[in-house]
Amino acid sequence: MTAARLKILSGAGATLQDAGRHGYMRYGVTPAGPMDPLAFATANRALGNDLDATAVEVSVGGLSVVTEGPLDVAIAGGGFRIEHDGRALPSNVALTLKPDSLLTLKAGADGAWGYLAVGGGIDVAPTLGSAATHTRSGFGGLDGRALRAGDALVVDAARATLGEPAAMTVPWLDRRPDRIRVVLGPQADAFVPDEIEAFLNEGWTVTARGDRMACFLKGRPLRHAAGHDIVSDGIAMGAIQVPGDGLPIVLMADRQPTGGYPKIATVIGADIGRLAQAQAGVMMRFAAVSIEEAVNARRAERAALVPAIRLEPVVRTVFSSEFLLGLNLIDGVTA
Amino acid sequence: MTETPSSHLETPRFLDAGEAALVVEFGATVDPAVNDRVLALDAALRARTPEGVTETVPTYRSLMIHYDPLTLDRGALVEAVKGLSRAEAAERAPGRAWIVPCCYEPAFGEDLAEVADKVGLTPDKVVALHSGAEYRVYMYGFAPGFAYLGGLPQALGLPRRPTPRPPHSEGALMIGGGLAAVASFPMPTGWYVLARTPERLFSARRDPTFLFEAGDTLHFEAVDAAAFAELDARAGAGEVVARLVEPQA
Repeated sequence: MTAARLKILSGAGATLQDAGRHGYMRYGVTPAGPMDPLAFATANRALGNDLDATAVEVSVGGLSVVTEGPLDVAIAGGGFRIEHDGRALPSNVALTLKPDSLLTLKAGADGAWGYLAVGGGIDVAPTLGSAATHTRSGFGGLDGRALRAGDALVVDAARATLGEPAAMTVPWLDRRPDRIRVVLGPQADAFVPDEIEAFLNEGWTVTARGDRMACFLKGRPLRHAAGHDIVSDGIAMGAIQVPGDGLPIVLMADRQPTGGYPKIATVIGADIGRLAQAQAGVMMRFAAVSIEEAVNARRAERAALVPAIRLEPVVRTVFSSEFLLGLNLIDGVTA
Repeated sequence: MTETPSSHLETPRFLDAGEAALVVEFGATVDPAVNDRVLALDAALRARTPEGVTETVPTYRSLMIHYDPLTLDRGALVEAVKGLSRAEAAERAPGRAWIVPCCYEPAFGEDLAEVADKVGLTPDKVVALHSGAEYRVYMYGFAPGFAYLGGLPQALGLPRRPTPRPPHSEGALMIGGGLAAVASFPMPTGWYVLARTPERLFSARRDPTFLFEAGDTLHFEAVDAAAFAELDARAGAGEVVARLVEPQA
């Protein structure tokens, strides 16, 4: 194990995240952490890291990095188009980056957040026990800000054992954002039953306004039974608040820990990542489930990450000249 | 959102915020009696935390209990809370009382003249009212170390601004919507800035990181700009400059 570094060439909206800054919500501190906790944990699992090791969260702004020293990395989630020294790789992939090699992630047709984990984890001094970046309060990551060109991420205990690129077999990341499961409440009673029905039966479109704090939805506005101001109470990850304009807002990793709008429902833990990965323009519906179903889905998620992740070598799509010549001859015959 | 004493729930309501957070609601208003019950349950849960409870967040009127539902069953959590609510009488220790220095001079109390104009009092009278009151820390929220305070004299009850003003300084003492607040992080705000405290509500390098707990009471003590500068330097070096009032024996 030796130290290695990842130098950032570009990466608009990319941040360092661990599993979040927990235990300080009572003091107004936002937990932050990954937008898609399952994809984040999957990338770490593929490397044998602790599931909460600090990794790079990549937004649709993409990422471009150069290595100093050999380094195992795994990328999961978000359906990014990945290139390593000019070679296209699957979007969920693990490999050893050789020294001075270039890795780029570009947003794909689906998905919004990808995770670049490194063998041994990225070393960052924690703020209140966590490296998770929350830019609004300036906590975590590098000086509390998003990554930018010129940053160098340090990996003290770097490993380089994976070798050639391998596709990760992670079927649990094949999630369609069309149906998002919720538990109704805590303020479902702020809406008449017809409006709850409308919330569940009508389609909602993800708007381009979203960020790490919230996902803003468009559709037929919901009417409150008696006003849209409540005395502030706690906000859980995935809480769906409905402000005065009647359009639902799903509160995500960078949410404030308390707030004063009625919350009609809460996205279940297992569907947080599914929702986070929805690009602007995606239409979805909400489905109400029981606590029991939500817990079962959470249990299945956790079970998926217990065994080691299967890695399949990526077959090189570079053909020998002899083979190509053969193709040409056959082409010549049939032409 | 003014303070309104009201009938509160005899037995709390249990509301689910998804499968990993339970809201224990004691009322729907800003009321010290409701908040007392929230804080009593919070203290009881912190003293004897059931395995699987990860974090508790007290607010004006309810306690949010974050938990791992794969470790702790929802039904078992509700039973544990009911048991504690009955014993809640085990009454939490009273909050601490603090004297918090602050400066109301124009460079610090940027909106004092505007507030005086709006409520029809002289600036001196506004300062006398604001610094003469006893405040309760109801809860934190909005940003790290942003404390919501009850106890604002009714004469200073003023709706929040329709549109936010530019960012205030660190340590701003603000009023709005019938409540008071102390803010640690500079931010645009719909509240009115009356003064500034040199005390750090939040400092990652100090123990304690956050100075006040929900349930503490605060009194503000006016100091001049020179005293502010001296206290600010000491607070910046990590010293606590607010003073604890020792409980009467």
